[in-house]
Amino acid sequence: MRTNLKWGAVALILAGAVGCRQDMHDQPKYIPLRPSSFFDDGRSARPIPAGTVARGHLEADTAFYTGKDANGNYVDGFPFAVTKEVLLRGQERYNIFCTPCHDRTGTGNGIVVRRGFRHPPSYHIDRLRQAPNGYIFDVITNGFGAMQDYSAQVAPADRWAIIAYERALQLSENATLADVPAAQRAQLGAQGNALVIQQEAR
Amino acid sequence: MSQIFHHSSNALARVTIFGGVFILGFIGWAGYQLDASHYATRQEVPRDQPVPFSHAHHVGGEGFDCRYCHTTVEDSSFANIPPVKTCMNCHSQIWKDSPTLEPVRTAFRNNGTIAWVRVHDLPDFVYFNHSIHVAKGVGCETCHGRIDQMPLTRQFATLRMEWCLDCHKNPAPNLRPHEFITKMGYTPAGDQEEIGRRLMAENQIQDARHLTSCSTCHR
Repeated sequence: MRTNLKWGAVALILAGAVGCRQDMHDQPKYIPLRPSSFFDDGRSARPIPAGTVARGHLEADTAFYTGKDANGNYVDGFPFAVTKEVLLRGQERYNIFCTPCHDRTGTGNGIVVRRGFRHPPSYHIDRLRQAPNGYIFDVITNGFGAMQDYSAQVAPADRWAIIAYERALQLSENATLADVPAAQRAQLGAQGNALVIQQEAR
Repeated sequence: MSQIFHHSSNALARVTIFGGVFILGFIGWAGYQLDASHYATRQEVPRDQPVPFSHAHHVGGEGFDCRYCHTTVEDSSFANIPPVKTCMNCHSQIWKDSPTLEPVRTAFRNNGTIAWVRVHDLPDFVYFNHSIHVAKGVGCETCHGRIDQMPLTRQFATLRMEWCLDCHKNPAPNLRPHEFITKMGYTPAGDQEEIGRRLMAENQIQDARHLTSCSTCHR
């Protein structure tokens, strides 16, 4: 009896150990970035065949998706109203994707440039101040010079938001006292300078 | 008739009863400790990678935002590992002759990939979604730790279910305003209890009963 119990316990422990399998943890299915032995390139995520259009993604609005009109000229203006939300979104996206090279004010002294990347032009030169919005959209979408394209990293609507924010940066670097609403002018001077210092320290 | 049990059996019986409790208790405790150990959870274990990518350098040193590379984290269940194209945005000119980066250049030339070693491996029956956590105010740092101080990426959290549930029962202490979502070394500007309560309401976070329902994470 006692021997039976002993062997029973051993069998139970062994059964428990054998039961520790990982089948449910590692199911034979594809999750994002799981490799595949089926496809030659080892990817389970497949590239989209050329010419595929997902539902609702016809992208027929060429001005919105390319920055050019039907004749291939750069469009100016924006495809949607530039609200405060758009500007804030543009600021956020600009700070994520553009500041590494163009820096927070657009002069082109970002950290990557300081590490040796080719210096991009400042946004505040006349050529770029006068460049149409569609031109900037095209540069973000297709790259320019040493700058790679950002079409995969920044969605079209965000590109337009970034352009709006870049326009705001350009304005800020060339603003005069006349651009400040009369009601706010009194706040400039000592307090305005303190604000600027605060922002730079951040 | 002689006694079946010797007198010493009394002592043995007592030891067995008390010992049973403590031995079983000990086995249970030891099993739990083993299961929660870094050996089992792989917490804090840096993984060797094909290219020794350093978050400490890119995030801590150069100040890149998480989303520069992990672009889908706000929109998708999965925070993407960037394609080598993203590396080449800078490394086409920076460290362009470095032998360390040769796998990156080779993959870029051949339209290939780098087989990074997965650091966070949840069981396949868990359906974790990054975008909802980011949208509701859980910062990257909350689950991934000070990634800006990790030369080689390692897992910060245990990723055990109790760890998930700790937060799902009471998310408020782990919420932060959206503008700080990728910030490393975040400290709340004010009373976290109050901020958490406000964000719970603003982000319409459901109550613990919904958040701890099985099908929230399993299906």
